[in-house]
Amino acid sequence: MELHELTLQQLIKELEEKKTNAQEIMTAILNRINAVDQKVKAFLTLNQEAAIEKAREFDRQPWQGKIAGIPFALKDNYCTKGVRTTCASKMLENFIPPYDATLVKKLYAEGGILTGKLNLDEFAMGSSTELSAFFPSHNPWDLERVPGGSSGGSAAAVAADEIPFSLASDTGGSIRQPAAYCGVVGLKPTYGRVSRWGIVAYASSLDQAGVITKDVSDAALVLSIIAGYDPLESTSVQMEVPDYTAFLNTDIKGLKIGYPKEYFQQGVDGKITETLKKALLKYEEMGAHIEEVSLPHSEYALPAYYIIGPAEASSNMGKFDGVRYGLRDFSADNVADLFSLSRQAGFGPEVKRRIMLGTYALSSGYYDAYYLKALKVRRLINDDFAKVFSSFDVIVAPTTPTTAFKIGENTDDILTAYMNDILTVPINMAGLPGISIPCGLADGLPVGMQIIGKPFAETTLLKAAYAFEQATDYHQLKPSLGVR
Amino acid sequence: MAIDIKEVEHIALLARINISEKEKAEFAEQMTQILQYVEKLNELNTNEVEPLYHILPIYNVFREDNVVESPDRDELFANAPQHEDGYYKVPRIL
Amino acid sequence: MSNEFETVVGLEVHVELKTNTKIFCACKTAFGAEPNTQVCPICSGFPGMLPVLNKKVVELAIKTGLAINAEIASYCKFDRKNYFYPDLPNAYQISQFALPICTNGYLDIDVNGSQKRIRINRAHMEEDAGKLVHDGTITTTAFSLVDLNRTGVPLLEIVSEPDMRSAQEARAYLEKLRSMLLFAQVSDARMEEGSIRCDANVSVRRKGEEKLGVRAEIKNLNSFKAMEKAIEYEAKRQMEAIEDGETLIQETRTWDDEKGVTRSMRNKEEAHDYRYYPDPDLPPIQIDAAWIEEIKATLPEMPDAAKQRLQDQFGLPEYDAAIITTSPHSLSFFDQCVAVFPEAKTVSNWMMGELSRMLNQNNLEIQQCKITPAMLADLLKLIADGTISGKMAKSVFEKMFDSGNSAAQIIEEQGMVQISDEDTLRKIIAEIIDNNPVVVADYRSGKEKARGFLVGQVMKATKGQANPNSVNKILTELLTKEGD
Ligand SMILES: [Mg+2]
Ligand SMILES: [Zn+2]
Repeated sequence: MELHELTLQQLIKELEEKKTNAQEIMTAILNRINAVDQKVKAFLTLNQEAAIEKAREFDRQPWQGKIAGIPFALKDNYCTKGVRTTCASKMLENFIPPYDATLVKKLYAEGGILTGKLNLDEFAMGSSTELSAFFPSHNPWDLERVPGGSSGGSAAAVAADEIPFSLASDTGGSIRQPAAYCGVVGLKPTYGRVSRWGIVAYASSLDQAGVITKDVSDAALVLSIIAGYDPLESTSVQMEVPDYTAFLNTDIKGLKIGYPKEYFQQGVDGKITETLKKALLKYEEMGAHIEEVSLPHSEYALPAYYIIGPAEASSNMGKFDGVRYGLRDFSADNVADLFSLSRQAGFGPEVKRRIMLGTYALSSGYYDAYYLKALKVRRLINDDFAKVFSSFDVIVAPTTPTTAFKIGENTDDILTAYMNDILTVPINMAGLPGISIPCGLADGLPVGMQIIGKPFAETTLLKAAYAFEQATDYHQLKPSLGVR
Repeated sequence: MAIDIKEVEHIALLARINISEKEKAEFAEQMTQILQYVEKLNELNTNEVEPLYHILPIYNVFREDNVVESPDRDELFANAPQHEDGYYKVPRIL
Repeated sequence: MSNEFETVVGLEVHVELKTNTKIFCACKTAFGAEPNTQVCPICSGFPGMLPVLNKKVVELAIKTGLAINAEIASYCKFDRKNYFYPDLPNAYQISQFALPICTNGYLDIDVNGSQKRIRINRAHMEEDAGKLVHDGTITTTAFSLVDLNRTGVPLLEIVSEPDMRSAQEARAYLEKLRSMLLFAQVSDARMEEGSIRCDANVSVRRKGEEKLGVRAEIKNLNSFKAMEKAIEYEAKRQMEAIEDGETLIQETRTWDDEKGVTRSMRNKEEAHDYRYYPDPDLPPIQIDAAWIEEIKATLPEMPDAAKQRLQDQFGLPEYDAAIITTSPHSLSFFDQCVAVFPEAKTVSNWMMGELSRMLNQNNLEIQQCKITPAMLADLLKLIADGTISGKMAKSVFEKMFDSGNSAAQIIEEQGMVQISDEDTLRKIIAEIIDNNPVVVADYRSGKEKARGFLVGQVMKATKGQANPNSVNKILTELLTKEGD
């Protein structure tokens, strides 16, 4: 296998055994990016020179760390000191943060090398990465199709072997859905498990950072690095961080798995439910206990999400006013125009739509009917999960109702586009950990299996995912891309 | 719940987004569509349900009152569209 | 005409809490720094930045709440108040809307010699906005400059009920509140530096009416005097408008101190809808009884209690006690002084007399005075033991005030010691009697005035240093003797 094809831990091993060096790895990665990214369009910014220089430095005098000398890439809503951070928006096209997000600092502290910044739907609002203000990304399995979103660049880059792993963010499915579409592993930890500091907020009560990798064990390793309390982040939780890789084994005898009937109906593609049912049988074969469960309020999660998400977004996006950074319309001769013209020019249609919707939902006379109502429904959704988790260890469901759709296919119909998140949104509403792992192909396109855990039970979640991965070889399937 | 153009204009003013006539019509239609979908929530009786504001049961997250030197002003101004004499500069307020 | 009306006033007072750092970031709060030098990405509203609450702010808020006799909430939280303005970097102010930290307090004020209770509706924590600097005035300037040093400075907004019935009552309330803040040591409470700021809600109604009139909120009240004048002006304006049959509207008005008028700040198309909602970035606050007790223990003696103590313990008249307890510095000056020189009424007389006169003349506060309580006590002792006369003491006091030197040092330098030695005095007096036979004869024939002339001559001869008691005694003795 070529260096760029290796997993994170394979690369670490190669380095440790001195079979290669950081420069060779970085060169392989950059060559791969240069070879395929014209097709995939995963990267918004390449940190090429700095990355290769850093790798050289490492080879001269290696430093310690769990991922020392290894390249990584970031969804472009992670602030990076001295490296342009755009959120795929014209608003921040030239924004260079004077700080690193906490998670970026953590990766640096463990010796990782930043290779570049990855495409997304503008400000992480979307499910296809078509809503990037710069260009859409493409699914490596079928370049005519979307990689999913909003972390489409992060998933596509890993799937196309352009980077061994990437960090991303998930507000309503933005890690798990593109991971499913691209046939890679996408992990969203429990809300509060990792710091949001330095990641540009979309909807603060739902946003959670996570990781996209080639296999489950890599996800466990990266989670061990990024998890933990951050004194700069008030909603990050003070709780010990285990070595998540230490819990990975294939002994899942007696593991109680519930599969919610609601996730196997409501417009979920037959081929997907079929693939998932096969996966569940596999679990049963391995000694797990499988049982149908019910999450009765599931169908209300998406409408509630399209109130809570935009409401928080409308407030979070106010800071982009053209005063201190970001795009400014210099034709404005008064402050009111400065705001409204800069924001008109800086934001794309979906961002505007969500700001408008959220502004409306919070406005006087509508707050109770929409925002408060949605928060009450959020409680019901949370209670559904709590009830199931009182007698089950994990919940297994499809990640998405369909496989990756064609670019342009959903752009006219807003609601259809929103439906993509129907199986992932409830997990954000309840702040639970979720992972999507490959569980087969349908018509040649990857299908994702979503495993949902109890709050802060990432260990159980990863173990269940690892056991399945070890018993199957779906994670080893790779798109051809016509390049070797 | 149908949103009309006038309402769109009011919301756009609150949100400080200048929008074209074409966008006004589009937003009116799309927001109406989304809000009609959201009406689904009214199938649920939530009179006895407490709203869920914070998903985590955590309280009293504080920092101590210790000063950290502020970064150099120029570091922040590096991204500023316009600044003068140590101030951000904006066109007239009124 | 206007005696048919009564004025109704409620005050909203913004108090800057005395902390080292801002409410949600670690920037300094010092007054008067160079623009934008006490700012960081957090208080400048940069993308990805998050707030962490300063514990001291909560403690000072609780302490203030106790000082104003309020109930401290066992559970409170922060909300976002959304609006756009160039001095508000996030386009929302973090404040407390639904659940403030303090409710139902009160202050007692003196109105024409009797006490009146002014109820306080609530007090809530919030962050300050920045400052705009204009070239000329806000209406004529072509551009404005933004200084964010003040952004994020912690405020407590204290909202009274509309319980005041005149500008004078409003002033008495504000003065009382200011003194409480100073006693509790929660704020510098300097109006000129903006560390307390006041908005007045003013309405009028015909006497006997229960219903409140339409109110105007008056802003930009930068001094006690401005507040008084603005309320008087506004009440008169409203009364006249009603008399003229006009309909008042609820509005915000600004006080123009130069012209002495209030002016409407209404902006035709300005839509006000703050869209308050709970801030998802800040977990709620729980305050238990133990915490409140802990803070209560740090609360110094409040002015009402101190006033009572001065009357009970030292037998001071109520008037004296009230004046000494207007500020914690003056109370502490008194307490320290009487600890050394226990004649309380004498101390009080000197504080209200000479000390107050000199402070006013020099525009100083008592804590800036060069004379320490111990120094004043020493001076009073010298009067008591006859070393200097009361008249001399006044001139010594002035010299102490200017130089900061002790009374003993000044007396020594100026050779101001009182002559009490009777032999010395007898010689001088005898000589004066000899030299003024006519006056002596007048005296003996019953003209009391003549005696005054003789005393004057003695004082002249001794440059005022003769002990007046001794002079009187010897003069009587000699005049009587020689007359026999
Ligand atoms: Mg306020
Ligand atoms: Zn700051």
